[in-house]
Amino acid sequence: MNQAHILHPASRPVKLILEDGTEWNGWSFGSETPMAGEVVFNTAMAGYPESITDASYRGQILVLTYPLIGNYGVPGKQREHGMLKFFESENIHISGLIISDYSFDFNHWNADQSLADWLQEFKIPGIYGIDTRTLTKHLREEGAMLGKIVFDEDIPFVNPNLINLVDQVSTKEIIRYGHGKYKILLIDCGVKNNIIRCLLRRDTEVVRVPWNTDIQSVEYDGLFISNGPGDPKQCQQTIAHIRKAISGDKPVFGICLGNQLMGLAAGGDTYKLKYGHRSHNQPVLQLGTNKAYITSQNHGFALDDTTLPDGWEPLFRNLNDQTNEGIRHKTKPFFSSQFHPEASSGPTDTEFLFDEFIEKIKNFKN
Amino acid sequence: MVLKTSRQYSKILVLGSGALKIGEAGEFDYSGSQALKALREEGIYTILVNPNIATVQTSEGIADQIYFLPVTPYFVEKVISKERPEGILLAFGGQTALNCGVALYKSGVLEKYGVEVLGTQVKAIIDTEDRELFVQRLDEIDVKTIQSQAVSNMEDAYRAADKLGYPVIIRSAYALGGLGSGFCDNRDDLEKLAAKSLTMAPQILVEKSLKGWKEVEYEVVRDRFDNCITVCNMENFDPLGIHTGESIVVAPSQTLTNTEYHKLRALSIKIIRHIQIVGECNVQYALDPNSEDYRVIEVNARLSRSSALASKATGYPLAFVAAKLGLGHGLHELKNSVTLTTTACFEPALDYIVVKIPRWDLDKFEGVSHEIGSSMKSVGEVMAIGRTFEEAIQKGLRMIGQGMHGFVGNRGLQFDSLDNELRTPTDVRIFVIAQALERGMRVEDIHEMTGIDLWFLVKLRNIVRLKNMLEENHSLETTDIRLIKEAKIRGFSDFQITRLILKSPVEKIEEDMLKVRKFRKEAGIVPYVRQIDTLAAEYPAQTNYLYLTYSSISHDVVFQHDKESIIVLGSGAYRIGSSVEFDWCSVNALQTIRKEGYLGIMINYNPETVSTDYDMSDRLYFDELSFERVMDILDLEQPLGVVVSMGGQIPNNLALRLYAQSVPIIGTSPVSIDRAEDRHKFSMMLDTLEIDQPEWQELTSIEEIHNFTDRIGFPVLIRPSYVLSGAAMNVVSNKEELDNYLRLAVRVSRQHPVVVTDFIEQAKEIEIDAVASKGELIAYAISEHVEFAGVHSGDATMIFPPQKLYFETVRRIKKISRQVAKELNITGPFNIQFLAKDNDIKVIECNLRASRSLPFVSKVLKTNLIELATRVMLGKPVEKPKKSIFDLDYIGVKASQFSFSRLQKADPVLGVDMSSTGEVGCIGEDYYDAILKSMLSVGYQIPKKNILLSTGPIKDKVHLLEACHLLDNHGYEIFATPGTGDFLRGNGIPATILHWPDEKINPNVTEYIRNGLIDLVINIPKNLTQGELKNDYTIRRNSIDFNIPLITNARLAAAFITAFCKLDLEDISIKAWKEY
Repeated sequence: MNQAHILHPASRPVKLILEDGTEWNGWSFGSETPMAGEVVFNTAMAGYPESITDASYRGQILVLTYPLIGNYGVPGKQREHGMLKFFESENIHISGLIISDYSFDFNHWNADQSLADWLQEFKIPGIYGIDTRTLTKHLREEGAMLGKIVFDEDIPFVNPNLINLVDQVSTKEIIRYGHGKYKILLIDCGVKNNIIRCLLRRDTEVVRVPWNTDIQSVEYDGLFISNGPGDPKQCQQTIAHIRKAISGDKPVFGICLGNQLMGLAAGGDTYKLKYGHRSHNQPVLQLGTNKAYITSQNHGFALDDTTLPDGWEPLFRNLNDQTNEGIRHKTKPFFSSQFHPEASSGPTDTEFLFDEFIEKIKNFKN
Repeated sequence: MVLKTSRQYSKILVLGSGALKIGEAGEFDYSGSQALKALREEGIYTILVNPNIATVQTSEGIADQIYFLPVTPYFVEKVISKERPEGILLAFGGQTALNCGVALYKSGVLEKYGVEVLGTQVKAIIDTEDRELFVQRLDEIDVKTIQSQAVSNMEDAYRAADKLGYPVIIRSAYALGGLGSGFCDNRDDLEKLAAKSLTMAPQILVEKSLKGWKEVEYEVVRDRFDNCITVCNMENFDPLGIHTGESIVVAPSQTLTNTEYHKLRALSIKIIRHIQIVGECNVQYALDPNSEDYRVIEVNARLSRSSALASKATGYPLAFVAAKLGLGHGLHELKNSVTLTTTACFEPALDYIVVKIPRWDLDKFEGVSHEIGSSMKSVGEVMAIGRTFEEAIQKGLRMIGQGMHGFVGNRGLQFDSLDNELRTPTDVRIFVIAQALERGMRVEDIHEMTGIDLWFLVKLRNIVRLKNMLEENHSLETTDIRLIKEAKIRGFSDFQITRLILKSPVEKIEEDMLKVRKFRKEAGIVPYVRQIDTLAAEYPAQTNYLYLTYSSISHDVVFQHDKESIIVLGSGAYRIGSSVEFDWCSVNALQTIRKEGYLGIMINYNPETVSTDYDMSDRLYFDELSFERVMDILDLEQPLGVVVSMGGQIPNNLALRLYAQSVPIIGTSPVSIDRAEDRHKFSMMLDTLEIDQPEWQELTSIEEIHNFTDRIGFPVLIRPSYVLSGAAMNVVSNKEELDNYLRLAVRVSRQHPVVVTDFIEQAKEIEIDAVASKGELIAYAISEHVEFAGVHSGDATMIFPPQKLYFETVRRIKKISRQVAKELNITGPFNIQFLAKDNDIKVIECNLRASRSLPFVSKVLKTNLIELATRVMLGKPVEKPKKSIFDLDYIGVKASQFSFSRLQKADPVLGVDMSSTGEVGCIGEDYYDAILKSMLSVGYQIPKKNILLSTGPIKDKVHLLEACHLLDNHGYEIFATPGTGDFLRGNGIPATILHWPDEKINPNVTEYIRNGLIDLVINIPKNLTQGELKNDYTIRRNSIDFNIPLITNARLAAAFITAFCKLDLEDISIKAWKEY
């Protein structure tokens, strides 16, 4: 649509090229760095600083369907527990940001810089002036597809799902947080800071270990499997380690990729969704109850819960498309959710799952 | 769909909200209609009590049984005892229904008849309504509320304010739209406001003011399984201090971060779980602009204006879902009615921005302040949808319909001091901001003076920057095409672009605008149609809920061009003179169009309406009713026809311009419409037909006016084309008044002519609402006004069928109507207003469109004249209804609702300009039954004992004499001002004389009114001018301010007095519509 450039004549033209050959012209507001990745869309209306620092977006070019972006700028880099207080990781993980109407002027008491400056700092391209609704409909109909952001010279497409993205985003060393009563071993596949914050608020000590750590060597009260990017089947080492853990009896809790890895470890199968769930308004039903929750989600793969072996059962189901939203073991303290109870960004209604995890640890310890 | 419910209900009572008033308007027609639909869908027998006869919800097929009765505990109990419903819904009729429900609960009526309250229980309602309880309940869960103290006398009020520290805000408990609320900067302010508020409510609240904080609202839904969702959040453009009904509002919030958004969202859910809401509720917050600190302002445990807005902003049918939840369904069991495949248990994702802007009509009132604040004064609102803030707000400012072309490019706005105007918000502050930006004021300074978030201001600055860039150009061909495209993306209309680039003079702008339109279309700059699909395109949606935007490259829908669709143009923002009645007409036209097998397409932008419910049409364009936007839609849809006669004056005014573009207008030709609208053409036509009309002339100098009045005498009605101050029309009784008016209020010149008309006193006003087909009269309804001519027809009390007309008068009215219908070759609805004195009939006005009284006469007649008119317009055969108006053995009375209590300082007197905000229509066994019901429905009460009379001119005194005898005979105590008292005593009626307000001698009128010693005030103005005598004004205004029923028309007063003297409350018939 080539909009909006009149008010900001310095903006450089840039295009998004999809693997089906369609081209989407807009103007650059981020870094003028060409990038390739998988193009996905998110329908959340707030929370861009949290979203784009979520490691689960690694390798993806993110389209925001909400048209007005950048309004409240980007918060500062204060730290708490050694983590950036207002972000979900140390980095911007997306490969590019596609929006409709960029707010060059921002205003918020907690803002330190503009979204544009922040993207430039991390060498991430951003495009505004794109009809993101038409683009989203295209992705919805054709499925998530590869794309590249091109300024002058062409670059090749890159399929992030063929890469072990988890290895890129996981911690390289063991990090310890807190001094609480319950020791949580956290397998970091690209963990969001807010998961750690949620655990720390519940009297825990969190030991964050690389994705491929052999956990049998570590002492813990409860095992946590984090969220992360890409195809879960790239994490065969983690799956093998979880399989060992669930042959024992200590509580295990997984979120998002953690749900898929737990399912794979249990013997189930996963598949790629046509265009995934990325939003703040996904309704899930706790099976066997009348309890429905609004959840924050960000995943492109899903667990096929019909493939689960005996002893396991689905825990939550998506009310819109009936996909799996969580599983649990029928007798042992293992459970996981496909959605994000830690939210950030998104609704916080399911944070109680962390309480249930701690509850299970307490019971186990007793 | 099989649904599990807690209990199967078979009969449910729904309470409506009565007449439209400031603070309680069309939104409750929408919510009530949705609730009734939700119930009927499950086979439940529904009973509705609502005297608002012009609403869609009181139409056939919406409820099973409809009572046009006051929504008060007395009448609702009568209906309950007659109908014996199992359950009652209280949340769908605004504060009126809620208050009535609480009263019925407290008096034990609901328990006595075993009526279950569905949805939120009364205890929870009381928790949210009683301020102290509310704070206590929220304290229990550590949710912060605004520090305040409930007081019931002045001493406690002072003490509370001293403790909290000024500025404080006064709120009155159980009030609609902030009635009796306001800011007090010091003790003096408090003295004035608190004293008044305490007369209206037993308890008022003194609270710490958080002026300048952000105001944010959430619409929250909860089911009996404790599942909760927030459907929408909204952010006020204006900071705290301006009532949310008076503020520009955006959805979703724009300046909140994720943590702020979700902190408030989570709190909302925590609150409704604790209070145990089942259904829908609204939580309002104050949010510190410099931290995440917050306060809960209030919780409304019912559907509200905001929930109607949220429904329209998101496509989520809140009222429908709330009704289902009241029946015991779970959110997860209901479907999303937009996608039809996904669940109703979700939170809509928007991919657009919505801007709501209030519509004020303060110019209609004498003496009213234009300042806006914590009490509501607006009479309507619009909702604009866009993909940039600039696009949405510019659309919205045009939709308001007060001659503005957007944020910039307007003329005729002059402000004395920008600083003062910025600091003191008024109904035009948004345009003050425009001027400030145009003069180069920094956004930081504007922010400092207004408290409006900088983000909104920088967006507005973008509009001004584009305006400046456009102005640098002088021809379309030399303008950078990207600039025009950008301007369209930022909401500029063709008109604005024409004015800014071509600098066209007024007489040429229309023509030039067409050039701009052609130019941009050729350059491929056209808007695209987008769907409101609730899920931001995540799932495919078959939704027909649409808007247009320039931030797009493709349409979401396919256009058939099969000439099977008919477009109905809606009524736009509710305003004084155009309200829910035109929505009823539009909805009925759509229904008929669809019943006849065509696709019905609606264009309208009023979120308070039923016509903008996407269930009502095959396609709903929630967009502007401007020439430009209607043409954009016509270009795309290429319909079989366009209906301009249902939505009142807005579409009517477009008729000729659309016709000039060869748009297929169905029904009466726009050429005929013009012949009726154009004063000169219409007058000539009447002369040709030898139909009498009051003498009039268009005059351009004071001398000409004097010559005219010398010839025909006084009084005369003056309609200026340029108003300096006050209302547009006025009646003057003598030369002195005339000169005064011409000097102070109007401009007379060749450019600004004045129409002067002979004003006929003591004349009856009669109206005919009719339908004609190719010039032949098919059906008609004649009604008469209770008041003599001089009271605007929209304010008058109307009787149908007429009771006091000569047969000869009726015969001649029919004859004239036939002549006019034939001459103008009318096909469709029309309305003619007549003056009748003796048997002398004069035509005063003719509208070739649906009129305000059409729903009333249709429902009393039980013949849907709109359905008939629409069929005629579609060229379908119709049978002439056989029923004659004289066959009715019952009577309908339409009475007007005024909202003077909200319009501080306004003189509550009726005149030639309309000032009512709503109306009711009641049916009775006889005239007195009907008039009593309708008067009680608009808030009058049968007085207990004391009546104050101040009856003005001698002819009115005489007119009221018989009524005064009745009062005396019925044991009423009469108080009177000196002249009236002497007159009454002279005629053998005892009266206690009270001194005039300015006499400062006791017993004094003011003292009696303020101390609540009077139950009814009848004050008849001395003459017809707006500038009434100070004493009379004081009496009237005090009556309003101290909540005492007031009547200012002698004929209405006589009718009301006679009615309540002849009938007791118990004598009033309790009959449903169908029983007549």
